[in-house]
Amino acid sequence: MGCELAVANVRQLFQGLGERYPELAAHLDTEVAVAIDGEIYQDALLQAILNDSEVFLFPKIAGG
Amino acid sequence: MSSLKYEDRALKIVGTRPLRPDGVDRVTGRARYGADYNLPGQLIGKVLRSPHAHARIKSIDTSLAAALPGVKAIVTRDDFADMPDDFAAAGEMMINYRDVTRNMMAREKVLYDGHPLAAVAAVSDAIACQALKLIRVDYEILPHVIDVVAAMRPDAPLLNEELYTEGVKPRPTRPSNIAKRFAFVRGDVDAGFAQAEVIVEREFNTKPVHQGYIEPQACLASYAEDGQVELWTSTQGHFVIRSQCAKVLQMDVSKLRVTPTEIGGGFGGKNNIYNEPLAIILSKKTHRPVKMVMTREEVFRATGPTSGGNVKVKLGATRDGRITAAVAELNFQAGAFPGSPVGSASMCAFTRYDLENVAVVGNDVVVNRPKVAAYRAPGAPIAAFGVESAIDEMAKKLGMDPIELRLMNAAKEGTQTYYGPKLGKIGYVETLQAARAHPHYSAPLGPNQGRGVATGFWFNVGGETTCALNVNEDGTVALLLGTLEVSGGSYASLAMIVAEELGIALERVRPHSGDTSSLGYNFVTAGSRSVFASGMACVVAARAAIDELRNRVAKIREVPLEAVQWKDGQAQPAAGSAQQFAAMTLAEIAALASKTGGPIAGHAEINAQGAGPGFGAHIVDVEVDRETGAVKVLRYTAVQDVGRAIHPAYVEGQMQGGAAQGIGWALNEEYVYGADGILQNPGFLDYRMPVASDLPRIDTVIVEVPNPRHPYGVRGCGEVPIIAPMAAIANAVSAAIGVRLCEQPLSPPRVLQAIVAAAKG
Repeated sequence: MGCELAVANVRQLFQGLGERYPELAAHLDTEVAVAIDGEIYQDALLQAILNDSEVFLFPKIAGG
Repeated sequence: MSSLKYEDRALKIVGTRPLRPDGVDRVTGRARYGADYNLPGQLIGKVLRSPHAHARIKSIDTSLAAALPGVKAIVTRDDFADMPDDFAAAGEMMINYRDVTRNMMAREKVLYDGHPLAAVAAVSDAIACQALKLIRVDYEILPHVIDVVAAMRPDAPLLNEELYTEGVKPRPTRPSNIAKRFAFVRGDVDAGFAQAEVIVEREFNTKPVHQGYIEPQACLASYAEDGQVELWTSTQGHFVIRSQCAKVLQMDVSKLRVTPTEIGGGFGGKNNIYNEPLAIILSKKTHRPVKMVMTREEVFRATGPTSGGNVKVKLGATRDGRITAAVAELNFQAGAFPGSPVGSASMCAFTRYDLENVAVVGNDVVVNRPKVAAYRAPGAPIAAFGVESAIDEMAKKLGMDPIELRLMNAAKEGTQTYYGPKLGKIGYVETLQAARAHPHYSAPLGPNQGRGVATGFWFNVGGETTCALNVNEDGTVALLLGTLEVSGGSYASLAMIVAEELGIALERVRPHSGDTSSLGYNFVTAGSRSVFASGMACVVAARAAIDELRNRVAKIREVPLEAVQWKDGQAQPAAGSAQQFAAMTLAEIAALASKTGGPIAGHAEINAQGAGPGFGAHIVDVEVDRETGAVKVLRYTAVQDVGRAIHPAYVEGQMQGGAAQGIGWALNEEYVYGADGILQNPGFLDYRMPVASDLPRIDTVIVEVPNPRHPYGVRGCGEVPIIAPMAAIANAVSAAIGVRLCEQPLSPPRVLQAIVAAAKG
């Protein structure tokens, strides 16, 4: 599933995705990691997203 | 600041092998573990646990137990608030506080043999145990299910009638034991298989295995009259324990101070609360400290093992070795509540390979067993058992060397993963090349001997991390760390980083842990993050201290700040500066600190990003006794890209430890349940972990492809080495006896059965 959004950071990304796909909203803040142009971020709501950045969302990772 | 770039420079301390500063206590018995803590007037707490795999609790009568002399308090579900669905990150996966509070103390049902129902505080262990026998519980026994495939069937007994499978559209109308479904797709697997000239398709099964930490969970709680609580506990995450306890007990976080005791192993199994909230409330009710130490039997019955799994793998390749399609279905047991590591397992199943057509489905399935907990690269070894065995079989069908097949399809920098992002700078190819070049790989083999190869990948993580560095008045440095010494040597490594930054002798830096009041929040010490994330925090703190040292010297020597540089442990005139002054050592500056502005310190509060993934390649030789099915490990070599080994001996220790755990997982370890759903082997005699006499010396090769997002290039190293052993050993056994085993453990009866079946043709 892909889409385009005009956002400046991860927080705005989550807000935009939550509005477009309401079933995702409850999961975004707590369950999702974000890759921005190949670099992975977890719990980084203020991380900048530049124009034309490619962003992927996938389940968070922790470890044991 | 959450990420610092790699700096390629000459180093004096990092990369060497000094003695660890915290080793003496551990080898002399001086170290204080959870069970070593005592307070005056303390009571002993014990837990009543379910004798049934699945039952509704009709009533609990504690009156007889409460009347027993020496019993001071009893708690049941009525002493703890019910909690709605409320998700938070903890350890390897999300937790739901509704489930956390029910795992801590059963409410409507007991869901596994060992599930806590009540807890007693008494003046002695004997009286507490006697009181447990007097608690009368009226159960309505229910049908149970402990096998993951059986639990997925529509007619399986349901653990939770309110559980509907997430990740499925449309939303199911019937409840299920399948809590969540993950799906990752790239390209077109049907088209990929259509291109394939050789297909491998297999099904694999693994059992739950325990982390096997040698120290059972132990805690001591003291609840004061004003509501302030002190808690000492054996944990990988004192801040997470504080958060979870405060949440389930509905108290302010600031009222609970958690002191992490020395830990005798965790491996992911000590990221969660078990007895801690019970001890706190028993202390509240009795107005006395309460100590709770699990027995080994309790550890097995009631703390999280890792999942057992059912794994289906299908690969397609052309005759020249190019993999054209890869499919996997992973069905993992979560135990009594949702939250197995099937999501991360699904994402790392094929990530070692550059594949255009991939489809992976993962199902998180509840069963009547203890709730799983993290275990070193959670989920990845189970997925790798299937995938790396299938890769090995593909190599044999193609007549290719197994390392060459992997090299031909290896992921590299820029490879698109099937779960989304492209991989950054990684060392998989370098790891494979180092394995291929190792003398082990070409050593001759004898009769009934076989060699196996397998590889592993793990993401590694960063996370919230804090530390504080204080320059003492004599110029020594106190380093207060928020991650804990759960692995061998992380504190030594972090002290080495600080010594390197400051340019002083390692002996002048002393690392410590503190309680939750001494630093800001730290995530659990897990995910191979401590030297990565705490290392980054130490660099930030050290550089802040250096800024203050320079500032102080500029004032003392009455020169501009830009005229002062920090080099070789001294404030010196900056290169090219016209301002000359007498250099000052750290000790000299520290001696004047009280008169020139006060103590000098640096601190860091970060959410470390940029963890670099790690890859490992393992080679193992085994010999199979065809009469008994016993498998002997003759030789073992673990190769791994760690980015940068701060202290190579401790990195090697991580590689050896992970490999040893993986060997036990492969050959002997499993939970044995009867048809009644009761655990039959809750002890080390019958839950067979490898001991020193079972294993050869594990050889290690460190590969260093620096992580570009860490100042020292560090990649986490602790988890990768447990991923490959199961598959490597299965591949070796297959080579030795000519039969592929797809069920773990490869215990003697199972191997013998395969030999006999093969002989019959």
